[in-house]
Amino acid sequence: MKELLNEKLTKQFPEIHFEVIEQFDELTFKFDKSAVVPVCKYLKETDGLKFNLCEDVTAVDWATRKNRFTVVYHLFSMENKFRLCLKVDVDESECSVESVSSVWRAANWPEREAYDMYGITFLKHPDLRRMYMPEEFEYYPLRKEYPLMGIPGAVPLPKK
Amino acid sequence: MQKLTKDDVHPKIVQALLGADIHLTIDDALENEMILNMGPQHPATHGVLRMLLRLDGETVVACVPELGYLHRGYEKMAENMSYLEFMPHTDRLDYISPPANNVAYALAVEKLAGITAPPRAQYIRMLLAELARMCSHLVAIGALAMDVGALTVFLWGLREREKILDFFDVICGARFTTSYARIGGVASDVTSDTLKNITAFIDQFEEKFDEMERLLNGNRIFIERLEGVGVIEKDDAVDLGFTGPNLRASGVEFDLRRATPYLFYNEMDFNIPVYTEGDCLARYFVRADELRESAKIVRQVIDKIPNGEVMLNSPKKVLPRKTEIYTKMEELIHDFMIVNFGINPPVGEVYHAVENSKGELGFYIVSKGEGQPWRMKIRSPSFANLQAIPHLVKGQMISDVVAIVGSIDPIMGEADK
Repeated sequence: MKELLNEKLTKQFPEIHFEVIEQFDELTFKFDKSAVVPVCKYLKETDGLKFNLCEDVTAVDWATRKNRFTVVYHLFSMENKFRLCLKVDVDESECSVESVSSVWRAANWPEREAYDMYGITFLKHPDLRRMYMPEEFEYYPLRKEYPLMGIPGAVPLPKK
Repeated sequence: MQKLTKDDVHPKIVQALLGADIHLTIDDALENEMILNMGPQHPATHGVLRMLLRLDGETVVACVPELGYLHRGYEKMAENMSYLEFMPHTDRLDYISPPANNVAYALAVEKLAGITAPPRAQYIRMLLAELARMCSHLVAIGALAMDVGALTVFLWGLREREKILDFFDVICGARFTTSYARIGGVASDVTSDTLKNITAFIDQFEEKFDEMERLLNGNRIFIERLEGVGVIEKDDAVDLGFTGPNLRASGVEFDLRRATPYLFYNEMDFNIPVYTEGDCLARYFVRADELRESAKIVRQVIDKIPNGEVMLNSPKKVLPRKTEIYTKMEELIHDFMIVNFGINPPVGEVYHAVENSKGELGFYIVSKGEGQPWRMKIRSPSFANLQAIPHLVKGQMISDVVAIVGSIDPIMGEADK
């Protein structure tokens, strides 16, 4: 499966560099964030791959690294019974990546959650609101600089 | 349920509800359309799910679920505690089936740390996970029946569940928040008497469940409230991220116990019930069939369970036994190091998913080689399943919303994390 994926992806997207990471029996492809939607569409629709289930979209905050955030996609192909992980780096200065909810509708809420927790904007998302925190909340709680105890007064009380 | 005015609803939610249609005024009582608030304090929302419904008469035009009323920030907390310390918090995710969550979490950490629990521990985990699945489905079926007006089944379901909780009490020391799995095994062994009692319970359970099923399957009101309500097609179900019984009710034969076998599920003989209708009734049937399959697995586990250790002997990763801590220096040091500094798994990232009673429960752990995870993401099935609610309730009557939410079986502790 690894060879097949590598071959198909490099053939389809010759201009993009795919970094292949393999650990704990899991396969990960890391590439530039500009290609995320075409790659996902290709993985979902190509015969023989058919990654039809988008299990999760989430992000990791590396705090001190140059590309501060990594957006992580977990995909599953029911046909091949194979799980694939995709990763794209996002920098804090340009904190956005295109939404894949046009490819899988399942990505809608996880992307909202990542936006809520990390402040990463998902471009062309149909309904980008906060998932858990109130809309008036100003911080991004899962960023490493947000204290575990919270910030007093950060969560507004209900109006009535 | 309460009718809302414009000031009550955040503009962004209003926009999500109305879509492109902005001429609607939500204040005018004489208008045919209105916006109604359902939950978070509503008995049929299974916890604290809040839904804003845009209604045309009694028909739902649009629905916006609002989450976060039970958001406790477990992912943030996990980054600030050791791997072992997080175990009790997994109980509180899907609080109807705590042992299954413990097992899922332990498996993810073990994959990261590169250790495998001994066979007996894995069998015990399977036993607990299946009993938890039975618990969860009994509550799901009972609550669904209660939502559409049949109270008896709920009480009968809870009666059976109570017996399972008694086994949890004997095995884990707690009825509810079990915290039973450990990294590298389980907390304590199961006696042969307990196994005998579980077999006796399973023997009488099938008969009892037949009785319960007769109550429901012969109940015309129950069938008519569910049949053809909240239909979701196969492709939509996959696209919207359904997993577990909800997906199998839409005709997709997908079960992680078969697709990516873990523990010893590949040695077990069980069927995966699949229904193709995709309505609320099919979701109920899948759960009912799965209960019987779980009972079958429990029986096989008790037949096959091997003798041996229940904790791995791996001093740097697994807590040593209490008696040895008190008598041996080496074990005392390891215990001190593990409790205070954590198990320090290698640098890396791992995603491990199991088939929980609600669907796919996955843990994504990023380790920097420290005692605490750098990032832990919980992929909870209820969260993904709830996402389909707007799709399911569209065009249905307002009374069907209750049946649809009940048939999806969301647990807010897990959806809100």
